[in-house]
Parts: sequence; C-alpha cells; structure tokens
Amino acid sequence: MPVMTYREAVAQALREALDEDPRVFLMGEDIGPYGGAFAVTKGFWDQYGQERIKDSPLSESVIVGAGVGAAMAGLRPIVELMTINFSLLAMDQIVNHAAKIRYMSGDQFSVPLVIRTVTGGGASVAATHSQSFEGWFASVPGLKVVVPSTPRDALGLFRTVRDLEDPVIFIEHILLYGTHGEVPDNGYKIPLGKAEVTRAGSDVTIVSFSRMAQVSLEAAEELAQEGIQAEVIDLRTLRPLDADTMVESVQKTHRAVVVEEASGLGGFGGEIASQLQERAFDYLDAPVRRVSGEEVPIPYSRPLELLAIPDAHKVAQAVREAINR
Amino acid sequence: MAIAEQQRLGKTELLGFYRMMRLIREFERECERQYTRGNIRGFLHVYTGEEAIAVGAISALKPEDYVVTHYRDHGHALARGLSPNAVMAELFGKATGCSKGKGGSMHLFDASKNFMGGYAIVGGQLPIATGLALASQQKGEARISLCFMGDGALNEGEFHESMNLAAVWNLPVIFFCENNLYGMGAPSATTLAVHQQMYKLAEAYGIPGHRVDGNDVLAVHELMRELHQYVSTGNGPVFVEAQTYRLQGHSIADPANYRPAEEVEYWRSRDPIPRFQQWLMAEGLASEEEIAQIDAAVDEEVVAAAEYADSSPFPEPADLYRGVYQD
Repeated sequence: MPVMTYREAVAQALREALDEDPRVFLMGEDIGPYGGAFAVTKGFWDQYGQERIKDSPLSESVIVGAGVGAAMAGLRPIVELMTINFSLLAMDQIVNHAAKIRYMSGDQFSVPLVIRTVTGGGASVAATHSQSFEGWFASVPGLKVVVPSTPRDALGLFRTVRDLEDPVIFIEHILLYGTHGEVPDNGYKIPLGKAEVTRAGSDVTIVSFSRMAQVSLEAAEELAQEGIQAEVIDLRTLRPLDADTMVESVQKTHRAVVVEEASGLGGFGGEIASQLQERAFDYLDAPVRRVSGEEVPIPYSRPLELLAIPDAHKVAQAVREAINR
Repeated sequence: MAIAEQQRLGKTELLGFYRMMRLIREFERECERQYTRGNIRGFLHVYTGEEAIAVGAISALKPEDYVVTHYRDHGHALARGLSPNAVMAELFGKATGCSKGKGGSMHLFDASKNFMGGYAIVGGQLPIATGLALASQQKGEARISLCFMGDGALNEGEFHESMNLAAVWNLPVIFFCENNLYGMGAPSATTLAVHQQMYKLAEAYGIPGHRVDGNDVLAVHELMRELHQYVSTGNGPVFVEAQTYRLQGHSIADPANYRPAEEVEYWRSRDPIPRFQQWLMAEGLASEEEIAQIDAAVDEEVVAAAEYADSSPFPEPADLYRGVYQD
C-alpha cells in the first residue's frame, strides 16, 4: 500500500476535486505562488492557474463570505483559512450565514462550501496561533466538522466532504502534516459520522480525535507494556458525532478516558463524557475521566508549551487512575 | 424628477413604479397593524419613506441578476416580485411564507426570483453578494449582483473587505448604500467620519462612487440602468449612495424621539410617493382617477395578503428538524 504524508494526502484530495469537478475552485491567503502557509497547495498555481487557485487578500470574512455566495450560485468553493485562529475573523460568515442559510431560506438555498483550516498547538507559535476551536464549530447546527488524524482519513473524508451540499469545516492539525501513513489507492471514501476503533482493547476505552487520537495510540502502546489493553476510538468527525461506536466500546471495557487538545472547561470532551454517562451509565465501573489542555493560553517557551498540551504520558496516567479506582 | 428617464419609460412602466411604491407603503402599514394584533412577532423594520430606492433600483435589473439585502427587506422583496401573500405569510410565521416561516421579517428569500436573502447581521450580506458576483465571473455570465446596505454597514469591517476584494478581482457587483442618516438610533454624523460624502469612500478602493436622490424613483432608476450596463460588461464594481430617510423609527419598538421634528418634517415634504404622484399628474401621465384606481387595487392586494397569511397553516412540528442539512 502506498505511503504518503498527511500533507500529501490533503493535496491529493484537493487535486482530485479540481481535476474531477469543474465547479471547484480554491480561495485563500497565499495559496497561489507561495504554495500555502503549510505548503499544501505547492505547485497548484502553475498547474491550475489563477482562476481556480484564487490568491486572496488578508480578508478572512470576505474570503469565507465570497465562498458562501459562490456556493449559493452553484459553484464548489474550497476556502483555506490559514489557521483556525484566523477563523475568528470570519465567524460572522461561518456561523451567522453559512450555517443558517439553508434553514432560514426554508431549504431553498444550499451552501456547498468547504472551509479547510489548521488547528492545534505544539509548533512554538504561542497563544494566538496554537488554539483548538474545533469544539466551537461542533456546537453549531448547520455545520459539519471533520477532524482527520491520518493521511488515509484525510483523503477518504475529503472525498466525501467535497460532494456534500452543506458547509463543512475540514480541520487539519498543524503537527500532523509531516506524519506518514498508508493510503489505499482504490478511490475509497470515508463517511461522516463514523468513528473508527483504531486499536482494540478490553480494559478501557480512550475516545479522541485529531492529533490527540494519535497521542492516545501512543499512550495505549505505553499501557500495553504494563498489561493494560486500551481500546482507542478516533471520532474523525465531531458533527455528526458517532456516539454508538464509543458507547458499544464502553459497554465492553466499562471504563472511559476522553482526550482533547483544547482546554477542558466548555470543551467538546464534556459532550463525549455526557453522552457516555447518559447511554452507558450502567456499564461504567468508574467515572469518565478527561484529559484536556491546561486552562491557560498556550505559552511560547518550549518547556511550558509541553506542559500545556496533553501528551501520551498524561493520557496513560489518566487511564491508570481510571483503572485503579 | 429625472426627465431624461421619462423618454425611455412608457406610461405602463411609470405607473408600475407608482403602484409598487404604494404597495410597499401600504404593505408596511398593514404589517404595523398586524404587529399590534400579535400576528407578527419579533423585530419589524419597515421601509416606509425609502420605497423609491427599491423600486427604482430593482426595476433596472434583469431576472437573472442577484439581489442581496439587509434586514429592512420587505420593500426589496416586493419590488423584486415576491408575492405580497408569501411575504406576509412569512411575517406571520406560516408554512406558506417565502422562507417557509423559518426566516421571518429579516430573512426573506426566494430562489425563483434570484432574491438571495435578507441578512440581519449588519454588513454580513456584502461578502455574500461579492461571492455571487465572483460566481458570475467564474462562470462567464453577464449577471450582476446588487447588494443593498444601510449607512450603518459602512462602519463594518466586512464593508472594507468586500469593497477591496470586489475591486481587486473586478467583480460585477453594485454596492448600494441606502443612507437614511441613522444606524438604528445613532446619527451617521456622529459615527461615520465621511458622513456628508459617503459615496467618496469608494474612491479609496478605486471604485466609482455615485450619489443619487434616493427619494426620486426616476433618478434612481436612470442611474441604475447606466450602472447595470457598466457593471455587466466587465468594468468591475460600483458604489452608490442614495440619500433617503426612514419616515418611521428603526423598528416598530422605536418612536424615534432622538430625531428633531424639523428634520422629520423636511423629509416628509420629500416623501417619494406623493412627489412622484404629483409629477405623474403634472406631466399628464396619470389622471386622479387612474391614481385612485391603483390605490384601491393596492389596498385590496394588501388586505388579501393579510387574509392569506392569517388563514395559512403554521409549519408542522416536524418542520423544526427539516432543512438544517440536505435531507
């Protein structure tokens, strides 16, 4: 099976969309000759031309809003917001308009818009460039929120997303671009709202998404050395949310640890924990534990940054506490 | 009145302008009556006093052009040809409304008329109108995007972002500012640095800026015909400032006590409807009898709209969950 990086998988997904659908065009800051802030669209400008690779001003709101309008007119814009931190400058268009137009118009208009953006910390770029807002978007009916953690998932999920008739926030992780993974070459698609059990285990269920799903797998390896068999679930999409897969797992393991990169208060992990206690309370042998980012802005200094963001050791420790309770 | 325009427009069109302005005026009166009866809820922002803009501007468009507007949108909707029945039913929250009762007064939509919506976050409609124009350009179509905004929107960042993007990408959009001197209760004199010359803001973006008497339906129409020709032939965006006035408060809850009586009186004397009516009669284009016939027909149409809305069903409980996503 071919191996590629997460960056290459996203780039391939975009190329397929451009090659196969003439309605598709890309719009974003420095996605043209510069090649994208994370080099995802390197070479696209030369290959597809400036009409389909639209290099935009630094104007997040109108980039997204123009995507909304173009989508209403029947095109398939794919908008890049350089990082999720900058999405705050486009929140009006994303939340008040993209997410609402189908409903408020009585289902007369569709907004088939894909917004790609980059979440997460750990790149030493400090508090304004290290945030994880995927949970915020997941709280908005009318949006779909996709958070792939592997090259295979990024490609397979994007193939599904690009054919949807509703706005999607497709959230890539800043530290995953250089990671490698096997990617089938059979044109597979991955549906939204279908979590994956990425590691089978019988002692505890770790539920996570985006990069923390990979961190959770690392933790599971560490725990296996101690004889603890953790089952790891990668949600892959937050809205729609596949609660069935995690509930079924907890019915088997009787313990759950929820891992997310954002800080915990008001975080999406609380929703996961809530659904588990509502639907699997009678199966739980211990309270659902949460591992979240610390309740601080992400600091620049490397030792402090490492403390602020969950790692495999913290996840493993939470699992031990859940099991030893 | 703009005399040149009269030479292009026949009596039918001119009386049509009068009829539509009267329809909007009477429709809004009926809305206020229905609000006090509790049939219309929430916010109600009437267009009274600004009718010449919607009628003059939208009549210069082609059916394929896009209309995007703000929350004071009843006048634009009616001028674009949405049925008074469907608009009134929407205000009543009925299933037969133009947005199936989901949007209400501030969020009127009609895909069949390319009426792309009323948007209730000030300035939020500008990026969307810009994107519709981008779609026309990408597809090689001649259709343009007409985007209404109030003067309050000029203070939003989305105004700057949209004007700039439309300019650098040469997009076929008309940004149309209805300058009624107030953003809610705040006079533009205290909120906008260039309040006396709003149209000059366009210069900063290299966009042609125009100013027109927004209470003169023919002047608005004549300007818009020229601009439609200009914008639909690849010359890029334009900006229009139309000077007008809300004859009512910001919303039905606003008695507008902050406005000097002499100011209101001045603008009442410039009310676009009697003004146009007098002109029609002075030019021999309409008799008193013809005017009375139109007025009576409009009154009946509005009464019928209220009856239609009243007798229409509310959405079903199951409709709550429909249309969040594609089914």
